[in-house]
Amino acid sequence: MKSENPRAWLFVLPVLLLVAFNALVPLMTVVNYSVQETFGNNQFFWAGLRWFEEILRSERFHAALGRQLLFTFTILIIEIPLGIAIALAMPRKGFWVPVCLVLMALPLLIPWNVVGAMWNIFTLPDIGLLGWVLNNGLGIEYNMTTSPVAAWITIIVMDVWHWTSLVVLLCYAGLVAIPDAYYQAAKIDGASNWAVFRYIQLPKMKTVLTIAVLLRFMDSFNIYTEPFTLTGGGPGNSTTLLSIDLVKIALGQFDLGPAAAMSLIYFAITLAVSWLFYTLMTKDDP
Amino acid sequence: MRPRSLVPLIYILFLMLPIYWLLAMSFKTTNEILGGFSLFPQEFTLENYIAIFTDPTWYWGYINSIIYVSLNTVISLCAALPAAYAFSRYRFMGDKHLFFWLLTNRMAPAAVFALPFFQLYSAVGLFDTHLAVALAHCLFNIPLAVWILEGFMSGVPKELDETAYVDGYSFPRFFTTIFLPTIKAGVGVAAFFCFMFSWVELLLAKTLTAVEAKPIAATMTRTASSAGYELGLLAAAGVLTIIPGAIVIYFVRNYIAKGFALGRV
Repeated sequence: MKSENPRAWLFVLPVLLLVAFNALVPLMTVVNYSVQETFGNNQFFWAGLRWFEEILRSERFHAALGRQLLFTFTILIIEIPLGIAIALAMPRKGFWVPVCLVLMALPLLIPWNVVGAMWNIFTLPDIGLLGWVLNNGLGIEYNMTTSPVAAWITIIVMDVWHWTSLVVLLCYAGLVAIPDAYYQAAKIDGASNWAVFRYIQLPKMKTVLTIAVLLRFMDSFNIYTEPFTLTGGGPGNSTTLLSIDLVKIALGQFDLGPAAAMSLIYFAITLAVSWLFYTLMTKDDP
Repeated sequence: MRPRSLVPLIYILFLMLPIYWLLAMSFKTTNEILGGFSLFPQEFTLENYIAIFTDPTWYWGYINSIIYVSLNTVISLCAALPAAYAFSRYRFMGDKHLFFWLLTNRMAPAAVFALPFFQLYSAVGLFDTHLAVALAHCLFNIPLAVWILEGFMSGVPKELDETAYVDGYSFPRFFTTIFLPTIKAGVGVAAFFCFMFSWVELLLAKTLTAVEAKPIAATMTRTASSAGYELGLLAAAGVLTIIPGAIVIYFVRNYIAKGFALGRV
């Protein structure tokens, strides 16, 4: 049982100051821009909620949000079941466990733009391993820079490559925490593999799966560097996800007002899901 | 070999393919790369690596990255340790809201903050310093560190604290000589995650630096666009960015999974 202690605030103070400096000041700057209009020369005019209305009605925002949701849900549908399957097939003990874990965690530690560059080199049609095998070996026409379908498949495969290990590691952590006695009891009862999975393993993985789904939702929803390095949002606008579009507006066209309004809408969506995450995670806490 | 163990094997093979290709490219000469497809380097060369280690703009990129990543790890841990202790042991006004607010910063899209960060750090005169990137990365690393440490600390029974006080330990002495050694796995995992997320993040690091503190990953993007298509050099630089991660991961291999579960397994 935790005890009441108002002085605990002193413990939290350094964190509070550091995060507030990084979060509140920029956030207020964004809020400030979102209600103003500028014609350059550092002159600003009050614009009210115009940018918010404009963004919420704009086709471009809807298209980017649509692509973003399609991307996020596609990778979730692939990565979560795949991660569970691989975690279930992993050895539980022995020499190979740390080897598997280290090799699997490797993609998670590669800088995000290197991931993009690596996949770019890997998929080049004439000299990349994958591109060459597809084009020359299997006779499938594959060129990411001209075909939106190829670009989409590539960014999804890249994300599966990059992040499935996170799901595997989380599920594996959940699985090894199950005591042997559970399996022995199931064996005595003559439970099938499916029953063991459905009634023992899956319930025990609930917490870690919640974390996995929501971390993957958040990170893929905020994804920027990897698809930007790989496709630059192209061909055309076909892989321009929400973050890429936002940076295009803010730093490319320097439309600060609309970019700020879009940031806040984007952030609000993220915040809503964060709240869901927090509620789900703390639901069983005393 | 049972067919079941083939699944992780095939998956690891799939993970290694792009990495192998990057490695193979880094040992090829530019002529060979542009000359056509070859599965192995025909004329094995180290010239790409030599080019990186003899050019200050390249190797300083690595040094810069390592400086701000280490700085960030130290700052994040020092701030997060007492905070995590408070969250795991005490109830105080607004604790639940504060915890949630910290969490939201972990979830904030970096793209949203890129421009205001540039203005903020220019205004306080920290633009293009290692400290700027280290402080900016606190935005998502501190909440993460607090979260992981809180998970590990909550696993330590409160009786440990009480026994220490009965034995006459002062709080600082208890914290450093008894409590920290007890949760050292948690501290290691938190440090690893701070290192990792600071190492892989590029958008903010690139926005906040120009010359003096430019990270290696940003050097790569600029070289790729300015010096034409030097794929071999790019591949060698990429390989070198994987190495620090591979080294640190070895040390925490037994705790990786627990850390990703934020200490909650």
